[in-house]
Amino acid sequence: MENKVNVFLFGKKYQVPAGLTIMTAMEYAGYELVRGCGCRNGFCGACATIYRIKDKQELHACLACQTEVQEGMYVATLPFFPLVKKIYDINEIKPTEQIMMQLYPEIYCCIGCNACTKVCTQELSVMQYIAHAQRGEYDKCAELSFDCVMCGVCSSRCPAGISHPQVAMLARRLNGKYIAPDCAHLEERVKEINDGMYNELIEKLMQKPVEEIKELYNTREIEK
Amino acid sequence: MYKIEKLNELAKIVAEKRAENASLEPRRMTAEEKDSLLAEFHPDYKQNEFTVLSAGVNKGDKVPTQLAELLQGKSRISSKDVDLSAPDYDTDVLIIGGGGAGASAAIEADQAGVKAMIVTKLRIGDANTMMAEGGIQAADKPNDSPAIHYLDAFGGGHFAAKPELVNTLVSKAPEAIKWLNDLGVEFDKEADGTMITTHGGGTSRKRMHAAKDYTGAEIMRTLRDEVLNRGIPVVDFTAAVEIILDSSGNAAGAVLMNMETKELLVARAKTVIIATGGAGRLHYQGFPTSNHYGATADGLILGYRVGAKLLYADTLQYHPTGTGYPEQIFGALVTEKVRSLGAKLVNIDGDVFMHPLETRDVTAASIIRECTANGKGIETDLGSAVWLDTPMIEYKNGEGTIEKRIPAMMRMFGKYGIDIRKEPILVYPTLHYQNGGLEINPDCSTGVENLYAAGEAAGGIHGRNRLMGNSLLDVIVFGRNAGIYAAAKAKETAVPEGLTLEHIERFNNELAAAGLDTDVQSPMLLPKYARKS
Ligand SMILES: Cc1cc2nc3c(=O)[nH]c(=O)nc-3n(C[C@H](O)[C@H](O)[C@H](O)COP(=O)(O)OP(=O)(O)OC[C@H]3O[C@@H](n4cnc5c(N)ncnc54)[C@H](O)[C@@H]3O)c2cc1C
Ligand code: SF4
Ligand code: SF4
Ligand code: FES
Repeated sequence: MENKVNVFLFGKKYQVPAGLTIMTAMEYAGYELVRGCGCRNGFCGACATIYRIKDKQELHACLACQTEVQEGMYVATLPFFPLVKKIYDINEIKPTEQIMMQLYPEIYCCIGCNACTKVCTQELSVMQYIAHAQRGEYDKCAELSFDCVMCGVCSSRCPAGISHPQVAMLARRLNGKYIAPDCAHLEERVKEINDGMYNELIEKLMQKPVEEIKELYNTREIEK
Repeated sequence: MYKIEKLNELAKIVAEKRAENASLEPRRMTAEEKDSLLAEFHPDYKQNEFTVLSAGVNKGDKVPTQLAELLQGKSRISSKDVDLSAPDYDTDVLIIGGGGAGASAAIEADQAGVKAMIVTKLRIGDANTMMAEGGIQAADKPNDSPAIHYLDAFGGGHFAAKPELVNTLVSKAPEAIKWLNDLGVEFDKEADGTMITTHGGGTSRKRMHAAKDYTGAEIMRTLRDEVLNRGIPVVDFTAAVEIILDSSGNAAGAVLMNMETKELLVARAKTVIIATGGAGRLHYQGFPTSNHYGATADGLILGYRVGAKLLYADTLQYHPTGTGYPEQIFGALVTEKVRSLGAKLVNIDGDVFMHPLETRDVTAASIIRECTANGKGIETDLGSAVWLDTPMIEYKNGEGTIEKRIPAMMRMFGKYGIDIRKEPILVYPTLHYQNGGLEINPDCSTGVENLYAAGEAAGGIHGRNRLMGNSLLDVIVFGRNAGIYAAAKAKETAVPEGLTLEHIERFNNELAAAGLDTDVQSPMLLPKYARKS
């Protein structure tokens, strides 16, 4: 006999094989998923889910595609959560403290309850990255929030109504564009190409008969 | 720790030989060795898994059987189901697909000053682009050049790619990286701004740029944010199910279906871009896949039915290192970066059986051979697999390397009790990438006027095999090109008239004439995973 567990999908009981993820358990139960399922691999944040184990106090959040079912799991998916995304022109804004004040002033209303960190499906230090955003430390906010899949679960728990993943998104773009060091060799190469420096070389390769280019390929030098 | 004790025992053998294996530089295969290996063990060479098409523009060509069924399937609609004279949406450029290619196209079309609109089957960003871990190629280092990149890409694709497409790919690569960087994508850099780059399978220079092991996610979420900042309309959970033509046979929009309510809608457009991505969820030859839920080759079906030609649709990429165990992540990708960072492939005896950075097709075939003909695989309930010796990364590069460079991998296995810093992992090939697709020109035009294609749905850029990092690159380079050229074309095109779906009947007649009697409806839109009791 296969090892089965009892799970409660939106309160209704199903017996499913142990070892399934919440997502595959839903499919096993007969759900045809449209919402709440994207990459099926822990990257897109489409499958945010909250659950509680029968008779236990604690409320958990997870990604349904990444989490194994457990006996007595009460599951509710959160396929959409209304986040606030502010509109800005990345070329106009600058990485100053004021920009957060302007776009996401609610972050200054954080009461330090740490609910966001406790619930994060990626185990990120969410409260901490918001603190960095408050202080205009966008590189640190970017670093701490890097693995965020924008599932929105943290925001669903925030008494201050903060849209954490959107705040972090802004911080990362500011960091990538303005704070991280510029890349000289990249600028240089783009310029060389625009000056047509490689046209002739590539044209020649394009004209070569297959046998010749095979030879070139098979004997090419490979950087160690 | 593995839950199966036998695996912990076998992993010890790998640990014992680690020091010896680390210092080994395995020989690369000769061209002849590769050819015979591929012919015998690569899934693309299994003739009985393919079907020769008997209808449509590629009549006479072979494609995977599951794809043939859809290409020669029936439309989900008939012309009577919609009123083409009263479009629900009217736009200049209609972009089908909200992945990296679609988003890049939308940004460029918007930049060109025309009205662009994205329709996408799931949400914008629920796409293969989001999942790319390893990196993106561009020849921007002093010891590298676009010409060297050309040779790597062209040779890696078995000399079958369209040269003018490879030229576009490599020549626009550095600019693509700069574009992303300027949008705020956080590439891994040294303190002085130098890009941190590594090898990928088949590269002759270290030109793989990354954003940790969330490269695709970092690119995708930034592009999505930019699309939203520009106010470009994005219609989520809305699939294109049929291309609409005008009275001259030019593409003029698409019939859309609301994925939740099944309502049909009409979008009229001056130009249309197909950016629907790959086909992993068709599970060719029964392989598991690394792809997102919506990777069902829809764009190929949409294009084919209105007469756009396919190129190399018979070549698929089986990523050599799909997860072989545990079940919850079976088939999920183990990024090639794991091997770029120094992990080697090892068999049940703890022996290194190949150079870890051969091209993907060769590596996949070699793993399949190790598990079948050579009988040196590790067996579990899920099938056979080989070891990928991840602890070797830290053995060579020092503690902390794994957490810093491949945190997503560490987390993925960590959830199931496997610490990849201490234990090797089990891998087996997984269906990963569609090398071919709708044949395009450098401006992304297809054979059908006003119909463009970009990204994984397009064919010809990578020949018969794609190198890691050239796909994210192609998505940006050709996605942008599609946006630029489709916008320019839209500017000189009048609002299309005489919208029609006549091609559906024409195609049905062709199917009937070929003696094809099918009840398969296509495009598939989503795989059927719900268990029917
Ligand atoms: C796990 C994984 C790892 C990868 N790693 C790398 C890597 O390291 N480097 C690299 O270069 N490449 C990598 N690739 C390949 C690369 O990510 C993809 O080939 C590329 O991102 C495809 O982009 P795209 O925009 O063409 O398609 P996608 O990003 O898949 O987007 C297609 C979009 O179209 C939508 N769609 C599909 N059908 C319809 C329809 N009928 N109507 C409306 N919308 C539709 C989809 O839902 C999706 O939103 C990886 C791929 C995977 C799966
Ligand atoms: S920070 Fe919030 S949105 Fe991001 S992964 Fe954690 S819970 Fe999800
Ligand atoms: S949940 Fe909201 S209020 Fe509480 S710590 Fe997090 S950001 Fe602050
Ligand atoms: S489906 Fe993408 S994170 Fe679960």
